[in-house]
Amino acid sequence: MAQGAFGRAIEKAQASWKFLVIFIPYAWLLIFFLAPFFMVLKISVAELRIASPPFTPLIATDAAGATIIRLVFDNFAYLWEDSLYLNTYLNSLKISTTSTLLCLLIGYPIAYAIVRSTPTTRNILLLLIILPFWTSFLLRVYAWMGLLADQGTINNLLIWLGVIDSPIRMLYTEFAVYIGIVYTYLPFMILPLYANMEKLDMSLLEAASDLGARPAVTFLTVTLPMTVPGIVAGSLLVFIPATGEYVIPDLLGGGNVLMIGRVLYNEFNANTDWPVASAVAIVLLLLLVLPMMLYQHIQSKEASS
Amino acid sequence: MAAAASHSIHDRPWLDPAQKPFIQIQGVSKQFGPFVAVDNVDLDIYRGELFSLLGGSGCGKTTLLRMIAGFETPTSGRIVIDGEDMSSVPPYDRPVNMMFQSYALFPHMTVEQNVAYGLKRDGVAKAEIQSRVNDMLGMVELTQFRKRKPHQLSGGQRQRVALARSLVKNPKVLLLDEPLGALDKRLREQTQYELMNIQDRLGVTFVVVTHDQEEAMTLSTRIAVMDQGYFQQIGTPTEIYEYPVTRFVANFIGSANMFEGRVASQEDEIAEVTVDTLPVPIRAEHAAPLAAGTRAWVAVRPEKVQLSREPFSQAGINMLEGQVEEIGYYGESSTYRIRINEDVRLEVTHPNLRRPRDGRHLAEWEDKVYVGWEPGAAVVLTS
Repeated sequence: MAQGAFGRAIEKAQASWKFLVIFIPYAWLLIFFLAPFFMVLKISVAELRIASPPFTPLIATDAAGATIIRLVFDNFAYLWEDSLYLNTYLNSLKISTTSTLLCLLIGYPIAYAIVRSTPTTRNILLLLIILPFWTSFLLRVYAWMGLLADQGTINNLLIWLGVIDSPIRMLYTEFAVYIGIVYTYLPFMILPLYANMEKLDMSLLEAASDLGARPAVTFLTVTLPMTVPGIVAGSLLVFIPATGEYVIPDLLGGGNVLMIGRVLYNEFNANTDWPVASAVAIVLLLLLVLPMMLYQHIQSKEASS
Repeated sequence: MAAAASHSIHDRPWLDPAQKPFIQIQGVSKQFGPFVAVDNVDLDIYRGELFSLLGGSGCGKTTLLRMIAGFETPTSGRIVIDGEDMSSVPPYDRPVNMMFQSYALFPHMTVEQNVAYGLKRDGVAKAEIQSRVNDMLGMVELTQFRKRKPHQLSGGQRQRVALARSLVKNPKVLLLDEPLGALDKRLREQTQYELMNIQDRLGVTFVVVTHDQEEAMTLSTRIAVMDQGYFQQIGTPTEIYEYPVTRFVANFIGSANMFEGRVASQEDEIAEVTVDTLPVPIRAEHAAPLAAGTRAWVAVRPEKVQLSREPFSQAGINMLEGQVEEIGYYGESSTYRIRINEDVRLEVTHPNLRRPRDGRHLAEWEDKVYVGWEPGAAVVLTS
C-alpha cells in the first residue's frame, strides 16, 4: 500500500511537472508576444492626440458617465489612401522576395556542398557559416558601408587596378541594400537547408541514376522535391525579417530605398503618430502571416489526402 | 566432382564451353584508401542465372554489386556486360537495374509514379508507360495500392514496389542487394519463391547479394562465397555445401566438424588422415592425389554422422566412441554434442524419426554412444 501511495505521489509530481513544462512556454508567448501585439492592435484603432500617451484610450467614459469603446479605422483607410504606404509595402516585398531568391540561389549549392563533404570538413564549413554571428550585426553592416562607399575599399581597389576611372556609386543604392540583406540572412537560409538535406537518403539519388536519370534530372525530380521543406523553412526565415528590415535600408540605402521598417520608424519617432505607426505594423503582420497560413492550410490538406 | 548428370547443359550454361558469359568480371579490384574491399576477382555469370554473392559483412560483396551497377568505379580491372565494356558507362546508361536493400523508394511519389519513373526517363510513350506499369503492378499484386505513397505501405508491399520498379525497364541484369533482409521469416519464404518464379518467367539475369546462406542456397543457380575481398569458392549450392574447398566455406555454409591432422596414406581415392587428438586415423574420400605428410583438415557435416548405442558393423566406416554432453531439441531433429575425449567434441544432427519411448530419445545426457560416418561423407581440405 505504501508503494501505491508513493506511486500516486510520483504521478502527481509528474502531472504538475507536465503542467509546468507546458505552462512556461505559453506564459512566455502570452507575456512577450501576445500582450505587445494586443497593445499595438489597440493603438492602431485609436486616434492621434497631443497628450501622453499620444493616442486616445480604447475605453472611455462619456459626459453622461456611460462607458464607451472607441474603435477608429481611419488609420487603415489612411494607409490605403496615401500611395506612399502602398508603394513602400510593395517595394519592401519586392526587395525581400528578391533577396530571398538570391539567398536560395546562393545558399542551396552551399548547403548541398556542406552535406556532401566529409565529416571533418563539414564541421569546419558549418562553423564558418555561423562565425559572422560572433560579431555584432550592426558592426558588420558598418563594415559594408566602408567597403561600398565612393571612397571605400572596393572602389579604391578598382581604381588602383585601373578597371574604372571614377568611383561607382554603390552605397545608398538598392544594390547596397540587396548586398546587406543577402549577406546578413544567408546563414538563415543555409542552416535549415542543411538540416533538411542531411536527412536526404543518398540511395534515393542512386536509385534515380540507376533508373536512367541523368544528374540534372535526378536533381529536378528527386533532390529538389525532397528538399522543399528546407527551402520553405529557409525562405520564411529570410523573407519575414527581410520584409520588416530597418537597419540595413537605413544604413546602406540611405534615404533612397523605401522600406516599410523605415516608414514605421519615421511615423513613430519623427511624426510621433503612434496610431498610424501601429496600423503600419498590423498591416505588415497580416501581409506576412496570411501567406504562411495559406501555405500551412495547403500542406495539411496534402498530408491528409 | 560429382556433377549431377540429371541436369541438362541447358540449365548449367557454365559447364558449356560454347556459351558466352553474360557478365564478365575481369581482374576487378576496389580500394578505399588503404582498405582493399575487392581483391582482383574474376567471375563469369551467364544469361538467365540467379547468381548469389554470399559472405559476411565487409567481405566486399556489396562493393562488387555496386561496381556492376556503376555506383563505384573499379580501381583496376573491368566489367563487361553482354559484350560491352562498362568502364566508361555511367549508371544511368547501363542495361542494369538494382533493387536496393533499403528499397530506396521515392517517398514523394505514389507507387505508380515510382514504378513509372524509369520508363519516363527513357522517354517511353505515355500509353505504353501506363500499360507496362499496370502489368508490373499486376504481377506483384499491388494494383489496388497504386495511388498510395510508400509510407502507407507495409514492408512486404514496399519490397514488391521496389522489385516492380527495378523490373519494369526489362533490364538485362537485375541486381538485388539483400532483397529479403528486411522481411520477417514467413514473408521471406514466400517472397523467395516469388522471386524465383519471376526470374524464371522473365529470364532476367539476377545477381543477388546476401549474407544469408539459406537464402543463397534455395534461390541460386550458383553461389560465389566471398571473404576479405576475394572468392573462396564458386559453385552450385550442392557443390558449395557438399564439396567445400576451404575451411572457410565449410564453416560459413552450414556447420562442420573439423579435424586437423596429416595425410598418412591415400588409396583408391580414400585418404587416411591421422589426427593427434583421436585414437584412430580418419578415412575420407578425396580424388586428387595428396602427398603423405600434407597438413589437412577433415570436415564432416553434423547430419552426415550416424549415432547409435551399439557399435557400427559396416566395413570401412569411421567410428568413435563418446558420451552425450549436450542435446538441442528442435522438434524435427535434435543436435547432440558428443564428447569423444578431453580435446574433441563432435556435433551430430539426427532426425527424430520416432517419438521418444518411455520418455527417452535416441540418446540422453551422459549416455555412452557410438558415432560413425562413411568415408564418402567427409571431405579433406588443405587450406
